[in-house]
Amino acid sequence: MGMGWKNLSNKPIGVIGSGSFGSAVANILAQNRDVVLYARKPEVVQEMLLTRTSSDIPLNDRVTPTNDLELVASNCDIIFPIVPSSNFRDLMRQLSPFLHPYHILIHGTKGLDISLPKGMTLQDETLLTRENVKTMSEVIREESVVVRVGCMAGPNLARELGAGQPAATVIASQFNEVVHEGQRLLRNDLFQVYGSSDLIGVELCGVLKNIIAIASGALSGLGLGENARALLISRGMVETIYLGKALGGNTQAFLGLAGVGDMVATCSSTLSRNYTVGYRLAKGENIDQILETMEEVAEGVNTIKIAKRLADYYKVRAPITETLYKVLHQKLTVEEALTYLMRYPFNVDIDFL
Amino acid sequence: MLISKPVADTEKKKIYTPILPGPENWPVVQLSKNRKKFLEEVIAESIGRIKKANASRPALIEELETTLYREKLRITQNPWKVDPDDEMLFWDDIKSKLVNLSNETAVGSKGSEEEILREIVTRYAEEIAGSFKPNSYRMARTLVTYGFSRLLNTSRVKGVRSLWSNQLSLKDKIHITGETEHVRKLAKIGTVIIVPTHFSNLDSILIGYVIHALGLPPFIYGAGLNLFNIGIIAYFMNSLGAYKVDRRKKNTLYLETLKSYSSLAIQKGCHSLFFPGGTRSRSGKIEDRLKLGLLGTAMEAQRVNFEKFPAGMAKKIFIVPVSLNYHFVLEAPVLINEYLKQKGQERYYVETDEFSTSYKITTFLLKFFTKGSDISVSIGRGMDLLGNIVDEHGNSLDKEGRIINTRDYFTSNGTITVDKQREAEYTRMLSEAVVDEYHRINRVFSSHLVAFTAFEMLKQQSPKLDLYNLLRLPEDEQVIPIANFRTTFERVRNEVLALHSKGKVGIAEHLKNDIDTLIRHGLENVGMYHSRRPLIWNKEGNITTQDLTTLYYYRNRMNGYGLEKFI
Repeated sequence: MGMGWKNLSNKPIGVIGSGSFGSAVANILAQNRDVVLYARKPEVVQEMLLTRTSSDIPLNDRVTPTNDLELVASNCDIIFPIVPSSNFRDLMRQLSPFLHPYHILIHGTKGLDISLPKGMTLQDETLLTRENVKTMSEVIREESVVVRVGCMAGPNLARELGAGQPAATVIASQFNEVVHEGQRLLRNDLFQVYGSSDLIGVELCGVLKNIIAIASGALSGLGLGENARALLISRGMVETIYLGKALGGNTQAFLGLAGVGDMVATCSSTLSRNYTVGYRLAKGENIDQILETMEEVAEGVNTIKIAKRLADYYKVRAPITETLYKVLHQKLTVEEALTYLMRYPFNVDIDFL
Repeated sequence: MLISKPVADTEKKKIYTPILPGPENWPVVQLSKNRKKFLEEVIAESIGRIKKANASRPALIEELETTLYREKLRITQNPWKVDPDDEMLFWDDIKSKLVNLSNETAVGSKGSEEEILREIVTRYAEEIAGSFKPNSYRMARTLVTYGFSRLLNTSRVKGVRSLWSNQLSLKDKIHITGETEHVRKLAKIGTVIIVPTHFSNLDSILIGYVIHALGLPPFIYGAGLNLFNIGIIAYFMNSLGAYKVDRRKKNTLYLETLKSYSSLAIQKGCHSLFFPGGTRSRSGKIEDRLKLGLLGTAMEAQRVNFEKFPAGMAKKIFIVPVSLNYHFVLEAPVLINEYLKQKGQERYYVETDEFSTSYKITTFLLKFFTKGSDISVSIGRGMDLLGNIVDEHGNSLDKEGRIINTRDYFTSNGTITVDKQREAEYTRMLSEAVVDEYHRINRVFSSHLVAFTAFEMLKQQSPKLDLYNLLRLPEDEQVIPIANFRTTFERVRNEVLALHSKGKVGIAEHLKNDIDTLIRHGLENVGMYHSRRPLIWNKEGNITTQDLTTLYYYRNRMNGYGLEKFI
């Protein structure tokens, strides 16, 4: 890979995961630096080399595809892992032997990791605690020696980013250094980058909003309009804040770009995968049929499964999550779910500020 | 009269030979030989830091004025015996200089605020600096060891000749367990920083003895200035390599001087000792939050070592947590009351000095040696500055046992960089690792466990009371029937044994005794010399307390293990 990377400050940036979001991030990074884009399957790398596109997005010339993890770690000091949460821990285990404490990892995965004690399986009545459920930054810390960890979250619909439309994101990390590097690398005339020190809070924003996005898709599927969606989004905010605080985030993060910003984008966009899941549920399909025909993972489905059990354990009021859980796993119909929620005795509008 | 032979501990007592032959090789001796030069370095470093934090002239002057104000307040409101006589004069002089400064026009007077700064910092540095003398060290150490064992033998090995008997030594009284060989190895290859838990003023003396007993060269350590109030202890402290930490002085100038002193001494390879909890645990709980200031100086020293020396040549710094375990803490009643006051939102709180009289400490030492209250000291695993465990060659290891290059933590784009915010975050992470290790090496005594069980049972008997009301429980409600106590205690004990087998906590040998023996042992030992005992048997043979607050103190030692579920 003789691309003149000997000079340290010109080292390429690594992106792991060539899904639509990973590819879009690789293109944004490529406006400032050379990029190595990792895909797990050799045939996907071949395809990228041949067509110079990835997940239907034309790749910037400065993006070099590879399926060699060691090469990514040894050439790049800064790496953006963007793979589905269900593969994240495995990826980290494969990557870990090649990582050193000087590496900076900024992930873009909006899901949770779940690890159960030996012999335990996930039943309806199983409760989960923070011992079993980790954010991606926590997985990175557990599986590698990397400490300078951050995340990237915000209203970043991959297809809009791919099309080069203006947008913004949040880089969160306990380390100012990581935030600054992230801003330096990602920023361009069409892409704003905000910083935050509440890593867990910002991660949880990205994770939990997917639940509400599924509900939003379901409302559209039922043919409902914007009053209903506004109701959902504002009650969804309250619910995610409750959940987020119980899991270790601060309220502030949820009111920012990664919180309310991402929530509005995902709930309004018919492009969003989670929205699509909800839409098709309302049209009468069941979850297995939907998942079978989806190309990319809708994190929200898994998140509902986990968040419902966390809410039970931490005694958090989370009616939207619980109702969606019933729709996904206990054969409640979307219409029944809506009726149930409309009768739910909320009375105080805002009580978390 | 029959000479009763004390029950020997089953563990074989180990004798450790010194790891360095003579005082000339001790880093601390090197330091005190070049004391003057070293202090100049400290002063220069402190001034540099303070000026960096107060870049503009008005900011620096304001900092000086704040310091002056606080120091005058301290002198009038909280004077100590140990304070030098010329304090008021010194600060009056500073005051007039500061006044002159503000009267002059800004032009031409440049630099004199720096002179004032230098004057104050120099005074602080001189005050902080210890004056280690190898001869006094040897004498103090001999006195402590000799004196302690004389006392011990007089009291335990009865009879006239016993004063000269050598049957018992401190080793029978103070059990040192854990990674002793490991810390000796680390002290040979790098700079060791021992970070003990802090419960009693006795800790400073005890840990000094332990360091000597392990054959380690003397450590420098920050001892609370209040200990220097007592002549005899001051003598020991000075000669054992202590430098002085005055917790009343919370101004920036003082704190920066203290940090510079510590950081530079570590850089020079002086093994050091901090009590990272800051002060003694008021609540009796094992520290769950550490002060990051001094720990941060170790972080900084490590980075400087990496900056100064090429890869592989830089001295590594190792953090070694140590847990000190007592049946009895002399100051317990005072400490717990302070804790409750603080927790009850008392607005302010003065650093007190209840260990102040030689009489009190002598009585304590006499009681300690004449009665059978054992102390154990658990040495934890050595870790690097990021809390990674290190092997016997000083290599940092990750979870999988792979070697980590500690230098890489301080590296950005291939070079060592100075990033205060990063180091502050690392220090926070280190403190979490130290706290975890405290809980792992904490040695559970019978006394801790009876106190925990009894207090939690009383709490359960009155579930509606909050802590403060519970502590005012009427006397007739303070009784626990022995049969109930026995059942619950056994359950809690078994859980502790289970935790122990998972490597989550240490236990004293006696914890494996049968339940009745253990309960008796616990009741006899818990807070044994307090005039009002935390736990006693009543006439009916049930369990009650003479001092709920102190019971709460001893109970807190078992906090954080989730044992409440088993009550």
